[in-house]
Amino acid sequence: MAATRIDCDIHPAVGGTRTTLLPYLDDHWKEQVVSRAIDGLDLSSYPPNMPLSARPDWRPKNGKPGSDLAMVQRGAFDQLGASHAICNVLYGAQAVYDPYMAAAFCKAINDWIENEWLARDCRLRASIAIPLQAPDLAIEEIERRAGDNRFVSVLVLAQGESLLGRRHYWPVWQAAEKHRLPIAIHAGSQYRTAPSSVGWPSYRYEYYLAEAQAFQAQVLSLIYEGVFVKFPDLKVVLMESGVTWLPAFMWRANKTWRGVRVEVPWVDREPASIMRDHIRLTTQPFDNPPDAAGVADIIDMIGSDRMFLFSSDYPHWQFDGDDAIPPHLPPEIVSRMCADNPLKTFPRLSLEGGSHE
Amino acid sequence: MSDVIDRPMLEQELPARSRLRIIDCDIHPSLHARSDLNPFLSKRWQEHLKTFGDHLRTPYIGTTPYPRSSPLIARRDAWPPTGGPPGSDLDFMRKQHLDPLDIEFGLLQVLDMFIFSQQNLDFGAAIQRAVNEWQLAHWTSREPRLKAAILVGQDDAEAAVAEMERCAKIGQYVQINVSPRANEPLGRHRYWPIYACAQDLGLPLGIHVGGYGGHAPTGGGWPSYYAEEHQSNAHTMAATLTSLVLEGVPERFPRLKIVFIEGGFGWISSTMWRMDQHFERFRAEVPHLMRRPSEYVRQHFWFTTQPIDEPDEARHLRSLIEWVGVDRLLFSSDYPHWDFDDPRSAFRTPLTKAERQKIFNANARALYKL
Repeated sequence: MAATRIDCDIHPAVGGTRTTLLPYLDDHWKEQVVSRAIDGLDLSSYPPNMPLSARPDWRPKNGKPGSDLAMVQRGAFDQLGASHAICNVLYGAQAVYDPYMAAAFCKAINDWIENEWLARDCRLRASIAIPLQAPDLAIEEIERRAGDNRFVSVLVLAQGESLLGRRHYWPVWQAAEKHRLPIAIHAGSQYRTAPSSVGWPSYRYEYYLAEAQAFQAQVLSLIYEGVFVKFPDLKVVLMESGVTWLPAFMWRANKTWRGVRVEVPWVDREPASIMRDHIRLTTQPFDNPPDAAGVADIIDMIGSDRMFLFSSDYPHWQFDGDDAIPPHLPPEIVSRMCADNPLKTFPRLSLEGGSHE
Repeated sequence: MSDVIDRPMLEQELPARSRLRIIDCDIHPSLHARSDLNPFLSKRWQEHLKTFGDHLRTPYIGTTPYPRSSPLIARRDAWPPTGGPPGSDLDFMRKQHLDPLDIEFGLLQVLDMFIFSQQNLDFGAAIQRAVNEWQLAHWTSREPRLKAAILVGQDDAEAAVAEMERCAKIGQYVQINVSPRANEPLGRHRYWPIYACAQDLGLPLGIHVGGYGGHAPTGGGWPSYYAEEHQSNAHTMAATLTSLVLEGVPERFPRLKIVFIEGGFGWISSTMWRMDQHFERFRAEVPHLMRRPSEYVRQHFWFTTQPIDEPDEARHLRSLIEWVGVDRLLFSSDYPHWDFDDPRSAFRTPLTKAERQKIFNANARALYKL
């Protein structure tokens, strides 16, 4: 077997609610989705035809990019050389308003990924889709999957109904910590609020750029609300967040904290130090500086080799060719981000594969 | 590392080593009281101010929903001995700031009265005009080192253009100010008449952090703490930069110069890299862009330096400065606010004499034609 290379972010696609998910819905929701034509819940954040949403060579002739297991296997494993890959399903269950519908769809997504992906390829793992709209139902869904180690993290969107550090979410994080599930915050929005304080942008390009700032706000929220004080074993993975914003963000956070920490006395050390212990980032996209010296500087500034997790973001079009490692990364970082770091971050990710507790 | 809040300055602490005079691009003058504006307001608007007051998209009438770390966000040593709020007493400002730091020019940034965010656009226009007149009457006519800005309400572009033209006839003003937290992102077409007029008048457009646009401070919603809200200023500025660039404002108005004030500059290089990284993928959506986004930033935008980043290693600050470009940076102190940057100690990394000259003086001198 090839060297361990864990791809922490790939995207199998749900074809549709009335097609893909129908067998996994109970009778009530089967009747609802058919009679009310509840379908087409692809997130606004990723219109399927947009170039970013799929590389041309990863688009199937029929169906959505990422919807065909054999094609994903060829791309993520054969072509890009992963030994394992974590599936993050970005279908819109996380964005519906009806909390019961959200819970039913999340459950269906998780059943679907278990039956049609995890069961068919022991190299695959998945994040648990949860209905964060209703924290109690989100906990139910986490508990339902907790016995299956192939589910290795909990998936939420970078832009939701409220910032993720806030107290009403704490029971969810408590359940995640208990089951050694890191929180995977993935780019994407419920479209509840504008993606930044300046309002609704014109372009998808602009919206995508703003995701980076939304991630930053989530990190600050988790730190300042005291989530990592309350749940010291909890890890948070920023997926598809970009990476190079991190150093200046850390400095500004440290400086701000030094000035106003009287407001948040439970935050008893520098935010950057908390980030190094609790925050992880996937490496696609990296948003590179143009030269190798710049990349070396960024790595030096971040001051930790534990924070990076290899990802391809398959089938999203972040790079061309067969090498998903961002250019100019030093070999010791590459080695850590492909194996050691993911194994530490996702403790349920057993390389033996596919075992139940 | 020293603390964020620099120690209070002593009057006798004159700059010993350098005759590099400083242009401070962010000084906040303050009203003693709102009634200071009465001489510049019609009877109707004086009454309105008294009876109905501000109408802003924020829960409180008299304060911010994110209580600051000090009264009026001010340095604790900046309260004038004569009474009145920090920044309200010209003599004290001279004695505490302009003279000891050898400020050659100071650019006024008025934050009082939530000028840019008044929901009642007619009231907003009246306040803008009054504050623009007050800056000349109380500040620049008495102290030639201080320079005024034309403050306009970006969400009534027609009134904004009229006020810009009125003030430009008077002269005295060195830039035009709008808020980054407007009703919509500043790149959108509704604001373009302001940019056309600014370009014609040859005055830079200044965008100072702050304002109540009605949107949550972050893409994830409303934070609980000032610590979060304060840092969201950098997010606001990044979103404003991408809006202006991606909508093609520098493409459409190639002679327009845009200054970002009090956003700091740590976030800029990664924002440029990110824009460039995804440019090819999204190019078909923005066919009006003729160049890579970072090229517009490097030609059309300037950034004031406060609050300066404080990495543990001096070489990291050095890299940051090089990534943004020494030509793009304008020193600012933010006097009299608590997160003030002292020009003598803010840059904790070696700069050449030529670089210091540019950041502390020459860039602003050329940009504002001082």
